[in-house]
Amino acid sequence: MSQPVIEVKKLSKMYHIGHERKGMKGTATFRDALLGVAKKPIELLTGHRLKKEEFWALKDINFNINQGDIVGIIGKNGSGKSTLLKILSRIVEPTKGEVIIRGKVASLLEVGTGFHPELTGRENILLNGAILGMKKREVRGKFDEIVAFSEVEKFLDTPVKFYSSGMYVRLAFAVAAHLEPEILIVDEVLAVGDAAFQKKSLSKMSSVAREGRTVLFVSHNISAVQNLCTRAILLRDGSIQAEGPTPVVVRKYAESIAAAAEQPLKERKDRQGNGKVIFTDCQSLSSPRRALKLKLSYLNTTGKNIDDIKISVAIKDQRGETMANLTNTVLDQRIELDKKEGGIYLNIEEVNLASGEYYLDFFLASDDQNSEIFDLVEGGARIEIDNRDFYDTEKQPPTSAIALFDFTYHQDKA
Amino acid sequence: MRLIFMEIVIQPKKKVRIDWKELWNYRELFYYFTWRDIKVRYKQTLIGAGWAIIQPFATMVVFTLFFNKVAGIKSGAVPYAIFSYTGLLFWNYFASAFGQVSNSLVGNQGVITKIYFPRIIIPASATLLGVVDFFFASVVFAGLTIYYHITPGLEGLLMIIPMLVLSIITALGTGIFFASLNVKYRDVRAIVPFIIQIGLFLTPVIYPVSLIPHKYQWLLSLNPMSSVINTMRSGLLHQGSINWAQLGISVLSACVFLWIGLTYFKRTERQFADII
Repeated sequence: MSQPVIEVKKLSKMYHIGHERKGMKGTATFRDALLGVAKKPIELLTGHRLKKEEFWALKDINFNINQGDIVGIIGKNGSGKSTLLKILSRIVEPTKGEVIIRGKVASLLEVGTGFHPELTGRENILLNGAILGMKKREVRGKFDEIVAFSEVEKFLDTPVKFYSSGMYVRLAFAVAAHLEPEILIVDEVLAVGDAAFQKKSLSKMSSVAREGRTVLFVSHNISAVQNLCTRAILLRDGSIQAEGPTPVVVRKYAESIAAAAEQPLKERKDRQGNGKVIFTDCQSLSSPRRALKLKLSYLNTTGKNIDDIKISVAIKDQRGETMANLTNTVLDQRIELDKKEGGIYLNIEEVNLASGEYYLDFFLASDDQNSEIFDLVEGGARIEIDNRDFYDTEKQPPTSAIALFDFTYHQDKA
Repeated sequence: MRLIFMEIVIQPKKKVRIDWKELWNYRELFYYFTWRDIKVRYKQTLIGAGWAIIQPFATMVVFTLFFNKVAGIKSGAVPYAIFSYTGLLFWNYFASAFGQVSNSLVGNQGVITKIYFPRIIIPASATLLGVVDFFFASVVFAGLTIYYHITPGLEGLLMIIPMLVLSIITALGTGIFFASLNVKYRDVRAIVPFIIQIGLFLTPVIYPVSLIPHKYQWLLSLNPMSSVINTMRSGLLHQGSINWAQLGISVLSACVFLWIGLTYFKRTERQFADII
C-alpha cells in the first residue's frame, strides 16, 4: 500500500489582527514600530503584556489524501479554505503542525499570476509557464496546444493590456491547463470566464483527474464539487466539520447553512466586512402573489450619515448556485444610510423561480473609490418560494426547471 | 506505480539558510524575471535603450558645468568630463539596481501571494536590469576615451568586470535589506531615493578622493562603491595606482552588507505573503 500523497497533521495557522489593520489591510509604519518599542518597557514594568488579538484561521486540521483522489474542499467564506490552500501551496507558513506532500505540485490560486500587461500574449505564455514551474522545453513543446486551447491566435503579438477580460482569462487558463503536475491544487479559478469556457475548463479538470493525478479543488460552487469530486472536506471556522464521500459532506454543508440561516441575523458571527454597518434583521413583508418584499434593517456605528452605498441581495439555491444578484448600483439608485439605524426595502415584482427553498446573501459596501465592505452575510436568511400557482391556472409548473417566464403560445388559425 | 521523486515537508520555522539545489531548479525563472523587466522597460518608449546613454551623458555635462567650471573641482590630469563619467557609469548602475532591488518584493506582490518559488530570485534578478544599461553607457565611455585621446590601462580594462560584480554585490546586499523592510514598512519607499541622493555625495563621483584628508580616506572605503570608482579611475584613467588595501576593505564591507541583507531577508521571508 502506498503512502498518502498529501498528509496534513495538526495544522494550525494564526494571524495577528491589529485594530488599525482591519480597515485598510494596513501596512505598519515605522511610527507603529517605534510605538511598539516604547510600549515594551511599560509591559515589562507592569508585568502584563498588552495583548494583540489572535485569530486562528485554521485549528488543528488533520487529513490524508491518496493518489488519484479528487477532493473538494467546501465551506463558507472565511472558513479557512484559502488559508489551507495557501499553506499547501507553500505561500504562507503554518503556525503549528506539518504537511507532507509527495510528488510534484502545481497550485493555481489564480489564473494569470504574473501576467504582465505590457507583454504580448506570446511573451506572457513563456513567462507564466516559467512562474508556474514549467521548464522552457515544456512550454515550447506545448506552445501550439496552449495557443489553440486559448483561441487567441490572432492576438498573440498584441500586449495583453489590450485583451478583453475573456481573452485574458482564456489565455491564462490555457497555460495553467497544460501543466502536468502529479498533484494539482486549484482555487475557484474556474468561476471565471463565460459559461462555455467554464465548461471547457471543468472538462479539462476531470480529464486531468482521469489520468490518475491527485486534485484538490476548492470551491463555493457545490455542483462543481459534486460533479468532479469523489471525496469532500467541509471546513467551518478553521476546523474540519465533515469529511467523506461528497454527497454526505454536501448534505452536511446544506444542513449547516440551513441551521445558520435560522439564527437571528443580528447574532450571526460568521460575517465579513469591517462591521461599521451591519445588517440586523431581514423581514419578509406580506406581498401579493409572485412578488417578494423584504425589509432589511441595519445598524450604523460610524455615527455619521453615509451618502453612497452599494447594497446587494443575492438569491442562491440549496446547492449554492447564484440565481440572482440584485444590486442597487446597476439601477443607478442611490441609497443613503442614516447615522444610527434604519431600514432598506427590497421589492421584487416577480420572483421567477421554481418553488423551493432559497438562501439570501446580504452585502453592504461604500460606493466610492475605497469600496469599503461593511458587512457580508452569506446565507443570511432562508426563504421559501411558493410558485405552485405562478400561472394562475392551479397547475404546477414543471419543478425540474429553475426559471419561470411569462409566456403564451399562439398558432395560425386554419 | 509512479515513483515518488519529490517529498516536500511544510513546517513552521524552517532553517534560515539558502537551498542552493532548489535555486538551481528554478534557474529559468531567474532568467525570465530579468527578461521580463528588460522587455517591459523598453516597451512604449520612443528611443528605448537610448535613455541608457542620454541620461548619464547629460548628467556628465551638467556636472562638468557646475562642479568643474563653476565650483572649480579639479580632476587631476584627465578632463573632468571623463573623470566624472567614470564615476557616473558605476554610480548610476548602483543607484538604479539598489532602487530596483528595494522595490522588487513589493512590486511583485501579486506573484508572491499566489505562487511558490524561492523568493530570493526576485531581488537577485532585479540587479541585472541595470547591467544592460551599464553596457549601453559603457559605449559612451569608449567614445569619450577616443575623443580625449586616452588609452585605458590594461589593468583597468581587466578590472571592469570584477568591479561590476562588486557593485552588483553591494546593490544586492543593501537593496535586499530594504526590500525586506519594505514588505513591512512602506516608509522605505520614501527613504530609498533619499539614500541614493546622500550616497552620491558620500561616494567620490563628483570629486576626486584626494579632496579628502588622507587619514580619513579608509573610512570612505567602507563604502564599496567608493573603491569601485577609485579603482576604475586609477586603472582606466591612469590616476595613480590601484589601492589594493582599500579595495580589500571594500570587498569585505560589501560581503558584510550582503550577509546582513541576506540574513534579514531569510528571517523575514516566510512572513512575506502574510504581511505584504
